Amino acid sequence: MARAAVPGRLTWQPATVAATRAETATARTLVLDVDGWTGHVPGQHVDVRLTAPDGYTAYRSYSISSAPRPDRLEVTVQAVTDGEVSPYLVDVAEPGDQLEIRGPLGGWFVRQPADPRPALLIGGGSGVAPLMSMVRAATNPTRLLYSTRSPSDALFTADLATARAAGDGHVAVTHVYTRVAPPGWPAPPRRLDADALARVAWPRDADAVAFVCGPTGFVETVADLLVDIGHDPANIRTERFGPTGG
Amino acid sequence: MAVITRGFGGRRRDDTDLPPGQYRTDDFPVLSAGPTPRIGLDEWELAVVTETGERITWSWAEFTALPADEPTVDIHCVTHWSKFGTSWRGVSVDTLLADVETTAEYVVVHSYGGYTTNVPLEDLLDGQAWVAYEFDGELLVPVHGGPARLLIPHLYFWKSAKWLRALELRLDDEPGFWETAGYHNYGDPWREQRYRAD
Repeated sequence: MARAAVPGRLTWQPATVAATRAETATARTLVLDVDGWTGHVPGQHVDVRLTAPDGYTAYRSYSISSAPRPDRLEVTVQAVTDGEVSPYLVDVAEPGDQLEIRGPLGGWFVRQPADPRPALLIGGGSGVAPLMSMVRAATNPTRLLYSTRSPSDALFTADLATARAAGDGHVAVTHVYTRVAPPGWPAPPRRLDADALARVAWPRDADAVAFVCGPTGFVETVADLLVDIGHDPANIRTERFGPTGG
Repeated sequence: MAVITRGFGGRRRDDTDLPPGQYRTDDFPVLSAGPTPRIGLDEWELAVVTETGERITWSWAEFTALPADEPTVDIHCVTHWSKFGTSWRGVSVDTLLADVETTAEYVVVHSYGGYTTNVPLEDLLDGQAWVAYEFDGELLVPVHGGPARLLIPHLYFWKSAKWLRALELRLDDEPGFWETAGYHNYGDPWREQRYRAD
């Protein structure tokens, strides 16, 4: 019956597009200025509300891809074919435009800064967005395995290289390409399999936590493979998105 | 006061049955917090546990022999999608509790894999909730909660726990997995009770 004290209601806050960055041909990062934003925990998301001039509104949830900081956050959006909100955010929004956000949201798919456990982050396609926030904020050993169809489908390519270089050795990044590999790549394109996972997985006694994010089929496959190779299911956290809405 | 998003037109659809803040999808998105548990039907069991510790259980054969309904309902996920006209087959919770003596007012729903969610008992009664084991005429697949999941269409869909294992009847309320992670304790889509204190 009794509950802990309830913190204040999450309210909608105005956000102004400060800048945009193309990540791929169909994905874009929006830098949002939000007065009074106090930061987030890597992995969290925000609800976004767009209001048309006649008052019509549409809502979607997007992962925060930036490291936590006050007054500013970044969301990375993949345009969904026939979507209602994502094509606007990827193709139309410009610096100075306003929208509203509510958050940060989500208390499970998060990597707390104080958590000393090593992490294995596994992203498929644009599912890397919340993992990018974890990479950027990483202060503990972090391995990212990032699966995309081809190099041109990969988000954050330059930022991942920077994070790896700046991470004092505690950030490792491995790319996997399922359809087209870059010239000279040591392995042919292939789907993520148990061997590839075993090569980057932490040893069983490392007490590692895994974060898996991507399309439903990808997350299902990877989570099952992790269990198969001995990862404790209780330490596998997943976030999935279907081929929907946008 | 109102923030207008320049250049946003939106795509209106005639969806008068849509709760506030929702959009309609024809897909069936999957949201889960961890790996999908695989439960064999020979080891599957459904339990109702009362506040006095009485425990009633059904094997898969016993459960699927109970009288079943075939509800067609709209479902609403807290992540803003709604899906209209979903077709299920399942056992009404009224049927499961027909012979149960209880003065409980709350239920903690337990899943294989460790997920929990809490619901007032009255929200499970009077034809409002089912333990579903078929979707669209097929056995419910694991990714959507099979062998059996709870179906409470009038609350946000995280209350409709997948991989159902037990209904624990209680005198007091005990917030579950998402309810202790910032989400609303009750979760009425029509009152847009998404997050704590909404």
